[in-house]
This record gives sequence, C-alpha cells and structure tokens, in this order.
Amino acid sequence: MKEYELVSGLETHVELSTKTKIFCSCTTRFGDEPNTHCCPVCIGLPGTMPLLNRQVVRYAIMAGLATHCEIAEIAKMDRKNYVYPDLPKAYQISQYDKPLCQNGYIELSSGKRIRILRIHIEEDAGKLVHERGNTYVDYNRGGVPLIEIVSEPDIRSIDEAIEYVEKLQLIMKYIGVSDCKMQEGSLRCDVNISVREKGAEEFGTRTEIKNMNSFTFIQKAMQYEFDRQVDLIESGESVVQETRRFDTSTGETSPMRSKEDAHDYRYFREPDLVTIKTSKEEVEKIRSMLPELPDAKIARYVSEYGISETDAAIIAKYRRVAEFFDAVAEKVKKPKTCANFIITQIFRRLPTEEQKEQFDIRVSADSMIALIKLTEDGKINNNIAKSTLDKMLESGKTPDELIDPSSLGGMDENALREICEKVIADNEKAVSDIRGGKAAAFGALVGGVMKATRGSADAQLATKILHELVGV
Amino acid sequence: MSDSVITKIHELLVSRQISCTELTKKYLDAAHLENGELNAYVKMTDDTALSAAKAVDEKIARGEEIGMLAGVPMTLKDNISTKNIETTCCSKILEGYRPIYDAFVWELLQNEGAVLLGKTNMDEFAMGSSCETSCFGGARNPHNINHVAGGSSGGGASAVGGNIAAFALGSDTGGSIRQPAAFCGVVGLKPTYGAVSRYGLIAYASSFDQIGPITKSVRDAAIVFDAISKKDVNDQTSGGARETTADKLGKSIEGITIGIAHEYFDGVRDDVKSALESAVREYEKMGAKIEYIHMPIIKYALPAYYILACAEASSNLGRYDGVRYGYRTDSFKTFHEMACKTRSEGFGEEVKRRILLGTYVLSSGYYDAYYKKAQNMRGAIIKAFNEALSQCDVLLAPTVPMTAFPNGFTGANAVETYLTDICTVPLNICGLPGISIPCGTGEDGLPIGMQLIGGAFSEAKLLNIAYQFERETSHFTDTGRGVEL
Repeated sequence: MKEYELVSGLETHVELSTKTKIFCSCTTRFGDEPNTHCCPVCIGLPGTMPLLNRQVVRYAIMAGLATHCEIAEIAKMDRKNYVYPDLPKAYQISQYDKPLCQNGYIELSSGKRIRILRIHIEEDAGKLVHERGNTYVDYNRGGVPLIEIVSEPDIRSIDEAIEYVEKLQLIMKYIGVSDCKMQEGSLRCDVNISVREKGAEEFGTRTEIKNMNSFTFIQKAMQYEFDRQVDLIESGESVVQETRRFDTSTGETSPMRSKEDAHDYRYFREPDLVTIKTSKEEVEKIRSMLPELPDAKIARYVSEYGISETDAAIIAKYRRVAEFFDAVAEKVKKPKTCANFIITQIFRRLPTEEQKEQFDIRVSADSMIALIKLTEDGKINNNIAKSTLDKMLESGKTPDELIDPSSLGGMDENALREICEKVIADNEKAVSDIRGGKAAAFGALVGGVMKATRGSADAQLATKILHELVGV
Repeated sequence: MSDSVITKIHELLVSRQISCTELTKKYLDAAHLENGELNAYVKMTDDTALSAAKAVDEKIARGEEIGMLAGVPMTLKDNISTKNIETTCCSKILEGYRPIYDAFVWELLQNEGAVLLGKTNMDEFAMGSSCETSCFGGARNPHNINHVAGGSSGGGASAVGGNIAAFALGSDTGGSIRQPAAFCGVVGLKPTYGAVSRYGLIAYASSFDQIGPITKSVRDAAIVFDAISKKDVNDQTSGGARETTADKLGKSIEGITIGIAHEYFDGVRDDVKSALESAVREYEKMGAKIEYIHMPIIKYALPAYYILACAEASSNLGRYDGVRYGYRTDSFKTFHEMACKTRSEGFGEEVKRRILLGTYVLSSGYYDAYYKKAQNMRGAIIKAFNEALSQCDVLLAPTVPMTAFPNGFTGANAVETYLTDICTVPLNICGLPGISIPCGTGEDGLPIGMQLIGGAFSEAKLLNIAYQFERETSHFTDTGRGVEL
C-alpha cells in the first residue's frame, strides 16, 4: 500500500482595518445597509481615479515586518482585468510583479518554518447577494483594502495548515492591522493542495479550493481533497489542475464553473497611480512601532518570570491580556501570581474568546499590583486575596477600599505564634492525636488558627509554627 | 492678428455694453441655428447657461469684480463629467448616463463663472480622427460642411470655428484637440501630461489623455489653460502647471531656436508643406534660429501609440457592462450574456476594433511581443524628444499631413486614417505640450494648422512663441457663422 504525502500552500486574504478604503475615503465599516458606503471612485463611475491610502501601505509593511519579510523600496500597482458583476471597474487594482513584501516566514511550534513568498496589497470586490431568486450586488465591500499573503507549498499536514492560519491570524490581530474575523470575511483562505508518494521529489498536480472561511471547513475540505486525489491516482487517473469549491453541506469539493476561471488577467501597470516608494527610514520607524509579538512574549514570560509555557501561551494569545500582565509583572515580585489570577478567576468571568480579546474587566493594572503586593508583603493570605479579587472584579473598587483594615497585616510572626500557642492549649485532644500518629488531626489546629484570626492568618506560616510547637 | 474673444467679452460685460444674459442668448440662438448644419452640439444646456448668466449679471450689478472667464459662453466635450447633465462620450452605451459629480476642470470653470452652452460632439469614446464615429453622426467643418470637423474633439472645434461658443474644452489622446483645431482653423492646446487634472474625464487611454482648450486665439488658450491647470489631489498623476502663461505673452522671441525634424514632413501634402515653409520664414523674420534635425524614431510613435492606447482602452472600457448605468440589452439569461450583448449592441465599430486590439496585445503570449515592446519604444521616443528639446526651444511641425477629410472618408479607410495621426501622436507618447495654430489655407480652401512642441511644463514659452506668430500674421478666416461681437 503506497503512502501518500500532502503538499499544500495557502493564499490568505486579510482585510485591513484602516478607517477608510484603499482608494477613496469611504468607511470600511462592516454590516451596514447595502450600497451605503460607496462613492464614485469605489463604484468605478466613468472618469474617476483611485487615490492610494498611505495607511494601507503602512499596515502592509507592518504585516511584512511581523512575518520577517523584506520590504520593497519601490513597488507598483497593477491592473488585474476580468469581468464579474461585483467588480465595478472590470479590473482589480492589485500588485503583480513588484509586491510590497517578499521572502518571510511563519514559525510553527515544531520549529518548522512555513515560508511566505510574498505579501501584496489590493482592493476587495463587492459582494453578490442571492435572494428571492435574484442576484443583487452590494458594493460596500468594494475597495476595502486587502493584503494577500502567499505561502510556499511547505505545508505537509492539515494540522500544519491550521496552525499556520492560526498563527497568521494571531500575528495580524496583535499588530492591529486586522480583526481577522473569519465569519465576517476579514480573513479568507484559498488552499492549494496536491499529493505525492512519500519520498517523491516532484510535486503532484495541485488543485485550488477557494474562499475557505472557517477552520473546520479548511480541515474538512483538505481531508476530502487529499482523499479524492489519492483515489484518483490509485485508480490510474490523473488529477486535473482546477479551481474547486467546498460545499459545506455535503463536505465535498467540486469544480467551479469555468466562467470564474479567468486565466488571463492581462496584467499591466496601473496608469492612474504613481510608484510606491518606501524609504529604509520609514521601514525602521514602522518596525520600532510594532508591539512585541506573541512568540517573543511567550519566550520572555517563561525565561524571565518562570511561567509555564502553556500558561504563557494562554496569556500571550490575547493582546490586551498580555498588556495587562506586562504592566503588572514588571511591578511585582511574583508575576506568577498574576498569571494564576488571570487564568483562573478572571477568565472564569470571560468565557468566550471575544470576551477574552476585549478583556473588559473592572480591575486596573494598578489595582492588581496593589493586591499582589499585599500578598507579597504577607499582609493578606491567598484566600483573602482571592475573595478580594472577586470583589474587585464585581465592584471595580481597589483593594484599599475593600479590605477590612483589621484583617490587614499587623499579623507579625510573634502575634501569630501567640495565637498558635493558644489554639494548642485549647485543643489538647487534637494535639495528643497528632503526637500519637494521627496526622489528619493537624487540620483541626490550622482551622482553629484561621478561625481565631478570622481567616486572615498566613496559613503556611501558621502551619509551620504549629509543627514547631507540637513537635511533630 | 486674432482677437481674444474672451478679452472682448470681458470688456463688453464689465463696461455693461451688453448683459451676460443677452450675450448668452445670442450664443444660444446662434448655436441652435447653426447646429443643424454643424452638428457641433449633442446637447444644449439653455437653462443651465441662462441661470449662470443671471448670476454673473447680478454680480456685475452689485459692483463686484468679475474674473476673465466670468460670463463667457463655452462648451465641454461630452466625455467631461457634468453633474446631472447627460454625459455620453457620444456612445449608445452611455445613453442616459448622468454623472453624480463634476469633473475637476468643470468645477474650476464654474467657480470662475463660465457659462455652459452645451456638450459637444466627439468620436465615440474619443476614438477617431473625424468625429464620425459618434453615435450622433459627425460634426462638420464650419469652413465647408462637406468636410469633417476632425476628431475626436470635432464638436468643440466646429463650435469655436463657427463662433457658436467663445471657447471649448476638448481632450487629446493622440491628437484629438490639435487635429480638429487645425481642420477648423482655430487654436488647440494639448498641455503637458499632468498639468491638467483628468479627474472626471471619462478615460480612453489613461497615460495619454489630457484636457485642453480650443479657442479663437492664443491669448484665449492661455487664459483658459491658466484657469484649468490647478493641482487636483484626486488625480495622483497630475500636479498642475508650474506657472501662469497669459501674463507672459508678448516677450520677444529673438534668438530662440526652432527645431524642424525632417521626418515630420514625410508624406505631407504639398500645399501643407509650403504653408509650413512660409511659417518658418516668418519666424526667421522675427529673429528665430532654425535648426534642421533628424528624428528617425518618430515613425515608431504611431504603432507604439496604437498598441499602448488600445491596451489601456480595453481595460478602461471594461466597466461598461450594463450593470450599474447606461445602456443595457433587453434580453439575456446570464450575466455573461447580458454583458456581451450590451457591449456588442452599445459600442460602435471603431470602439470594438480598439478594444479587441488592446485585449490582444495584453494577452498572455503576446504581451512581450507587442505591449512590452511598445513600452520600451515609448521610453526611447521620450528620450529622443528630450534630447531634441535640450537643443531647441521648440519644435515646429505640421499638425496634420493634409486638410480636413471629406465626410465619410475615414469610415472606408480605417488604417489610412490612423496614419494621419503621425504628426500629433508623438507628443502623447512623451507627455509633452503642443499647440496647433492656423498658418495658411489649403488648395481646397480649408485651414492648415502648424504645430509647436515644447518641453515638459513649458506652456508659458510655447504659448508666447505661438502668440508672436499669430500677432505678425493673419491666417484666421472667418466662417461667416455664429456670433459677431
């Protein structure tokens, strides 16, 4: 039985979250009434001309730098000509042979790098809406800026493909160039996939599955297509190079109708736009403004703060969470405490991904710092810290406002020792049980100390003292 | 010596010898009268004109100062977008299309208080050299209506030559301002590429198109050019003019060098040649130095132009599919069918010819052999002209190898017609400015035009050199039509 290997490369379209479109000043806002965010330029009325929004170039450069690409000093825009009702000018202004970014990579957790061939900027087309037996066109999306990120065919498994897209999504969200919401279409993938015998050097014929907008569908489509291609080859037939569409209801891919296969785009340079020039200074300035990226954060949390890699990954996944954590970690002795608070108590209140992204909590970094400092100074114990945090999350108040001063600090070791002595004196039976080998009775003594201190004692310290006094 | 119509009108209005409304009525009446024969206008905008005239009269009545172009009755070629006023490029495919915005140059002229009499006739989508590819039939030459007005800005040239507009705006992609100006015996200026905003000009070939004035005199051309050559942020390929021109007319041209390239005179009709030769002697009398040069590369300008311009046109005209505006075919079952039938029915022959040619030269397998080669040729031609103009102040050449064609000639002689663009096309390849002014009359009694070519953004010098010739000679023949001021 021959073994087959999957070979795949992805073309990912990411909608940039600039305020306005790439060639006009219409808003890029999603979800409003059809054809309300249009102007003569983005509808391509006769006589209009595009005007390049420089912020789009900056965002694309950020994306390129965050994926280790080289940024072109000179780039140009080209016309990609084809006819379709959602394309008002009958050409898309894109980049053909001089893209803005080239030769980058995304590193997977295995250490393997998926190379990025190029990143270029282009405008999105409008959207066709099929309802009531008719087809309508909504041009709101027309002119929204896109970057197209093209990978080399370095992917060798469906898991790698998914991880690649997840990492891409994370990076783009982190640097703030896109909200990457697949369900809203701000991130879409075209999957190129071929198969070959394991160990073979040449690539097989590839097919392209267009417009995948969910991880589940990418997985299912790739699996189906891999199986389909293997079946074809095993039965002696050959794979036809074509564009296919994934049917979400049947779970199968099928060839797209030929009218959508415009093979000859007759690319030529866009005569209405000037060359895009980017100086080395500008690139460095943009680079200096990039935030620390997730992988770098994870590494730093592990090495500097001693956080576990899993926990670090969870925190680093959400930019606002990471920023909060960073602000706290640099001011406290044990950042791990903060990490725990975030992952357990705080995240319990933010069950969805969206909520974690927003990280809209009533606790400020300063409040958290204050709380943790109290535990580090021994003024409150973990229990009190936890319950105080809950109250802080509920009320938005600071630790100072919430903690009863009587249960706060002043509990120095001598005072605690006195209380321990008293508890021992009051619990003769428990003490003799312990001395007689019944270690479980110890809990009653600790419980007694906690009760006497109304829960504010440092349990660990109390335990230590009790052990000393009991002599066991 | 030709009078500056604009200056005359300004004086009449300011001295209150005539009101703007009366003046406008005169032009409108004359236009309605003459248009039957000339077919210069495809749409008259009487109401717009009269309300603009009224506004100017009110301004004058209030004692306010008015600019040179205020109250001047003019026209726009029908490929220049006018908000709410039908703009068709004289094509069936844009019938009924009303832009929702004004072209930048039209905004500028409205701010000056210019009075729009109507939209003028043109070859369909500016593709043609006779105005006869217009879906409304061609505009006629005001000197002899059995001959064409020229193209593609035939309507504008005919209107100005026939005195039914004080000035016109046309567009020039391969000679479409200069050639009809020469045919109709008026002045036509194609500015430097980038001096005038293209925003609102319905595109034919984006790296060639330029809007420019068609006028009765060089001073008028200067005045209009100054008004329309402002920087427009909406057109990244334009930066506006670098200096005004009307205030620089009259400087002595003694000692300037005029270059004459032999190749421009190949195949030029004898009477045209001798008119040009007289013009050269005239310049010598004024103290200019003549330098005879060779520019063999000129003969490649025409094929390079047709390849590149048609390529861009095939892309620019892709949007006309019946979905959003204009003509849409009656019956169809699929989008594809709708688009194909709409375009087959809506476009004329010449437009289809150029779209097919343009699509072909861009298609894979042919791109290198045609488009890429033509691009390289373009670079070489630009270099040659820059060299020539580093040694001469201007170049002098015929505008067209002959006088106005008889009606119907071009329809039967497509390629031969293309070849007549030989003198005008090189400037569109280079983006350099050129002006055509009358310099004689042919054996057939039709006007002959002379072309002056300058370096980039040298309109002030160019116009002055043209102005001096105009001052010393008298080649303007009155057609006996239209308004007499």
